Amino acid sequence: MARFEIYVTYKKGIFDPPGATAERALVNLGYDEVDSVKIGKYIQLEVAAGTPVERVREMCDKLLANPVIEDYRIETVGEA
Amino acid sequence: MRFGVVRFPGSNCEQDVVHAVQHLGFEAGYVWHGDTDLTGYDAIVLPGGFSYGDYIRCGAVARFSPVMAEVVRFAERGGPVIGVCNGFQILTEAHLLPGALLRNTGLKFICKPATLRVEESVCQWLDLPAGSVVNVPVNHNEGNFICDGETLHRLRDNGQVVLRYCEPDGTTADGGSAPNGALDDIAGICNERGNVFGLMPHPERVVDPVSGGTDGQAFFIAIAERLVNAG
Repeated sequence: MARFEIYVTYKKGIFDPPGATAERALVNLGYDEVDSVKIGKYIQLEVAAGTPVERVREMCDKLLANPVIEDYRIETVGEA
Repeated sequence: MRFGVVRFPGSNCEQDVVHAVQHLGFEAGYVWHGDTDLTGYDAIVLPGGFSYGDYIRCGAVARFSPVMAEVVRFAERGGPVIGVCNGFQILTEAHLLPGALLRNTGLKFICKPATLRVEESVCQWLDLPAGSVVNVPVNHNEGNFICDGETLHRLRDNGQVVLRYCEPDGTTADGGSAPNGALDDIAGICNERGNVFGLMPHPERVVDPVSGGTDGQAFFIAIAERLVNAG
């Protein structure tokens, strides 16, 4: 079994309403140092051993992320 | 004239659409998401709802339903396709329409009447004069339309912006009139050819006067007349 971790975030310039709300809420709580909050998705993927990262990228492009609005980063965690 | 209304697991506006078009004197039938044959239908409706629980992103899973490959072929042949609310989200995920629909800027689910201005467009589904103001309810959590600047220019230049949220007098407010934060107040767009139309508001809910309005009738009558005239 191979494991991958995928981070999906909005592309630069795409307004992220939940992130903006969390940012305002943190400032309201007194965390004046907060400059920006972005909220994305974290996906754990387990696939057959030896699955190349290109396959995972394909899964991201097709379903797990929407390239129109989102970027993603794939991290290889290793073989389990 | 027969409308095919697609039923995905989690659709919840398909009966409203069928009632609306039957009220106008047209035929309608349900199309199951697993079907791969659209023979006998003149126009296809992707209704509102929460297909596949809106998991991953709204419309992201529905887009891969067996029926969608056929809907794409139907659209490519010039067949009329309309996506309402979740149906609009599915059309963008399927790349039949550009852009995407994000969470409403206020983070609230919005369910209320909306005033919309009809724009000069190539849309085959709507025949109202540009500048007309119609009242059609919205009912969504992810209706905040977005696209990149180049796409927005293309949409404007090609007459693909069909509807904008507006004030009751038809103007758009300086800070925007979209209740959901949509870019350029966009409520509905079509493809270049004008046969594929996606919109967040629900015209099917204002067809039968018993539901409080009739402004939605035009959204189904124009395409039917166009198809009948085309023979």
